[in-house]
Amino acid sequence: MTVGTAKHRELGLTDSEFELIVEKMGREPNVVELAMFSLLWSEHCAYKHSRKLLRQLPTEGERVVMGPGENAGAVDVGNGYAVAFKVESHNHPSAVEPFQGAATGVGGILRDVFAIGARPIAILDSLRFGELDSIRSRHLLDGAVRGIGHYGNSIGVPNVGGEIYFEEPYEHNCLVNAMCLGLAKTKDMVRAAAAGIGNTVVLMGASTGRDGIGGASVLASAELGDGDEAKRPTVQIGDPFEESKVLECCLELLEKGLLVSLQDLGAAGLTSSAGEMAAAGGVGIDIDVARVPLREADMEPFEIMVSESQERMLAVVEPARVPEVLAVCEKWQTGSAEIGVVTDSGQVRILRGGEVVGQMPVEALVDGCPLYDLEPAEPAGWIYGNRATLAAGTSAENELLALLAAPSVASKRWAFEQYDSVVGSRTVRRPESADAAVLQLPESGNAIAVSIDGNGRRVACDPYAGTIEAVLECAQNLACVGAEPLGLTNCLNFGNPEKPATAWQLDQSVSALAEACRALGVPVVGGNVSLYNEGPEGPIYPTPVVGMVGELPDPAQVAGSAFVAAGDAIALIGPFAPTLAGSELAKQRGELDKGLPQPDIIAVAAACTIVRDAVRAGGLASAHDVSDGGLACALAESSIGAGIGCRVDLQPLRDRGCLPEQALFGEGSGGFLVSGERGVLEALGGVFLGEVGGTAIEIAAGDRSIVVGLGTAESAWCSLPAQAEHGGT
Amino acid sequence: MKWAVLQFPGSCDERDALQACTLASGEARLIWHEERDLGDVEAVVIPGGFSYGDYLRAGAIARFSPAMEAVAEFAAAGGPVLGICNGFQVLCEAGLLPGALLLNESMRFVCRQVDLVPIAPLDALSTPGGAQSNERREGRRLSIPAKHGEGRYYAPEDMLDALEVNGQVAYRYASDHNFNGSARGIAGVRNEAGNVVGLMPHPEHAVDPLTGSTDGLRVFEAVAAARARA
Repeated sequence: MTVGTAKHRELGLTDSEFELIVEKMGREPNVVELAMFSLLWSEHCAYKHSRKLLRQLPTEGERVVMGPGENAGAVDVGNGYAVAFKVESHNHPSAVEPFQGAATGVGGILRDVFAIGARPIAILDSLRFGELDSIRSRHLLDGAVRGIGHYGNSIGVPNVGGEIYFEEPYEHNCLVNAMCLGLAKTKDMVRAAAAGIGNTVVLMGASTGRDGIGGASVLASAELGDGDEAKRPTVQIGDPFEESKVLECCLELLEKGLLVSLQDLGAAGLTSSAGEMAAAGGVGIDIDVARVPLREADMEPFEIMVSESQERMLAVVEPARVPEVLAVCEKWQTGSAEIGVVTDSGQVRILRGGEVVGQMPVEALVDGCPLYDLEPAEPAGWIYGNRATLAAGTSAENELLALLAAPSVASKRWAFEQYDSVVGSRTVRRPESADAAVLQLPESGNAIAVSIDGNGRRVACDPYAGTIEAVLECAQNLACVGAEPLGLTNCLNFGNPEKPATAWQLDQSVSALAEACRALGVPVVGGNVSLYNEGPEGPIYPTPVVGMVGELPDPAQVAGSAFVAAGDAIALIGPFAPTLAGSELAKQRGELDKGLPQPDIIAVAAACTIVRDAVRAGGLASAHDVSDGGLACALAESSIGAGIGCRVDLQPLRDRGCLPEQALFGEGSGGFLVSGERGVLEALGGVFLGEVGGTAIEIAAGDRSIVVGLGTAESAWCSLPAQAEHGGT
Repeated sequence: MKWAVLQFPGSCDERDALQACTLASGEARLIWHEERDLGDVEAVVIPGGFSYGDYLRAGAIARFSPAMEAVAEFAAAGGPVLGICNGFQVLCEAGLLPGALLLNESMRFVCRQVDLVPIAPLDALSTPGGAQSNERREGRRLSIPAKHGEGRYYAPEDMLDALEVNGQVAYRYASDHNFNGSARGIAGVRNEAGNVVGLMPHPEHAVDPLTGSTDGLRVFEAVAAARARA
């Protein structure tokens, strides 16, 4: 059985890739083989446009227990425990069907974490949509938030934080990135490499259906455009109850030491999990599709091999332990089937009963895809649009209110209240109560903090500086709760890398990520790349999403972001040199342009250390990093959170050369807004700005001074529900 | 005090409940849904979660489990039973508690810290000469997280009247805290005998000052007290 050469193009392979497959096989692939190659050689699985760049990233550190290449990375948190974590995208499925797309995005990242033997303890998410005056964006937001909630709530893993930005370039191609953290006994962790010739391959969990077929190649590696409706069958359907049973089942199997290795079935289903397990172990694998439990009896072998049905796991088990494994699956009422065997053939063989229906060298299938060099070219200017929503001559008060009401800045309570943030009894800092989520770990006697960030607009202005800022923002968020970074994961969401401008963004961004991680000494323990995020109007903002995990010794010593008591002094710590470039205000004025100042990583890191140590010593009443909307918005957020006003004078920033509106609304790395005893703050090198107190936000900034009542500010900041549900404030 | 915490496939809060029972008083163990024998337990907690996926209707399948048959017998014999969230839904489905839990008014899942007003049973504070008014039986407010999509308490008006008269309203949302639209602000009810209690908010997530509150311990203590009175 051979296939016509047109088929490979439909499946997303180029002519030269197809010729290479023929060369490596010594013959033309049949339908089963071609389907499998098309998936493992897709951008989604092979990282063919990004792998070379990713080699720059520092991946080693003394606390790293598991690095890139496994289902998730992991860092040591002491007392024999490790925290595993990873962020992954589910952008294209969510743009087609937001509820199931986002739900299965959560399901997939959970499986990545428990596949290495870690119990999931937290979820975070990073979402991007178009502006909320678009019905499509409101539909996508609503569906994605409901989907994330549905899956995470049902499975009992708390959703502890995240971020949402609304920008025009995400209108057609929204981003749904989900991050999961898990806790494992280091000695019980398991890798994904198949091992032990003659060992049995067991498929666990849900049965296999036609959902998600072709998702990896047709959906994940092509631009979205007209005809998305026709792609609906390629979006997977999630069942958190099934996942909950598979999760508990796998953790019990690992605790009992019954598995040699474990891998989840994600993109490209059995094809990628079987192929990658074999490749990692340097062995061969036989899979008999006749033994795979099916939802529809008439499925073809290629359909079974590429199905992306959710809630499935693949395990390698010693034959003598198989009965015990099946018994545990039975206890959890989850499916199990012996579908294959580990071989020494170096081949992935697909059988249907006694008949061989596909046979490919593991090396060619998994690692044979050619890697491409990018052809980056820096665009001459700002390649995205500008839309002014703020009239010239708007007063500073109204500018502050407009910024607080901007959906990217406004409180995300509407979204995070739809997520269970408390299950598991670890959540010491819930969403919006501090800059980073804090989870206690009684097992190791300490706590971890986690933050996820990535402002695509600023990366669009300057991919290098913007990416460094994303890493620094995470580091600052961790410092605000007294945590020291242990490791980082990332999800690189970009447009079509075959276009020179996008290639340049990707190249700059990865180089910056590497530099920032090296300078901070934070290893990258895993990540994900999502390319071809484009709509008819062009690419998304380049969006490297950074998830950072840190450690703090005492969960009782954690600062919040809200002011605490009237009379406390307010100060600014850090090398904060705000400008309007790339700011929320510049966006609203329609003045976005290329270029950002380059952040001073070392100076910001030094400020992080000062703040972190002060928080740990209990010296700060509150700590909040200055981010979207600048210092004025940070002051408003700390005030609204406390229900107490503030009176400050921004003269110290003006002494640094800032214009009044730069001091108020300028953005950039390195600013910490802290409160506490004036003497303590000044001893830390803080610049005194004013005091907590009153019922208004009063900011002296020369001719742009602001007095806004707390209630007025709060109304603006809490306007997301109306915008999300009706498109207006 | 020996506590048992039921565990169904799809339970989410059983480990937290286990920890809360231990903190409140005594020892606790999990009871798998297929177990028919509760052994020597002195109080049962049916925890939150999505038992059997809750796909038909929250709690509708779990009520048929072997463990629930045992719980029904235990309750009939006067044993104290606490149902939290999904556990409350299961108890209503099983007919061990009156009423039903409907979709929240907002049609969305909501996770929020709420204030609850505990209301003691009629006999707890009664003095010779008659029943106490609700106000006199109201205890100190409890700050406890709630998290559910189907938590709007519903019962027909005449049943609600009877619940009030019989002292079967166990917890009410404080004013402005009834986010799900429950009838008469009811967050939890008890059976006529007073030994079976269900509530939507999660006391097991309010037992540690680091995670927000320790008020939930008082809900467990009330269950232990019901045992003591029995």
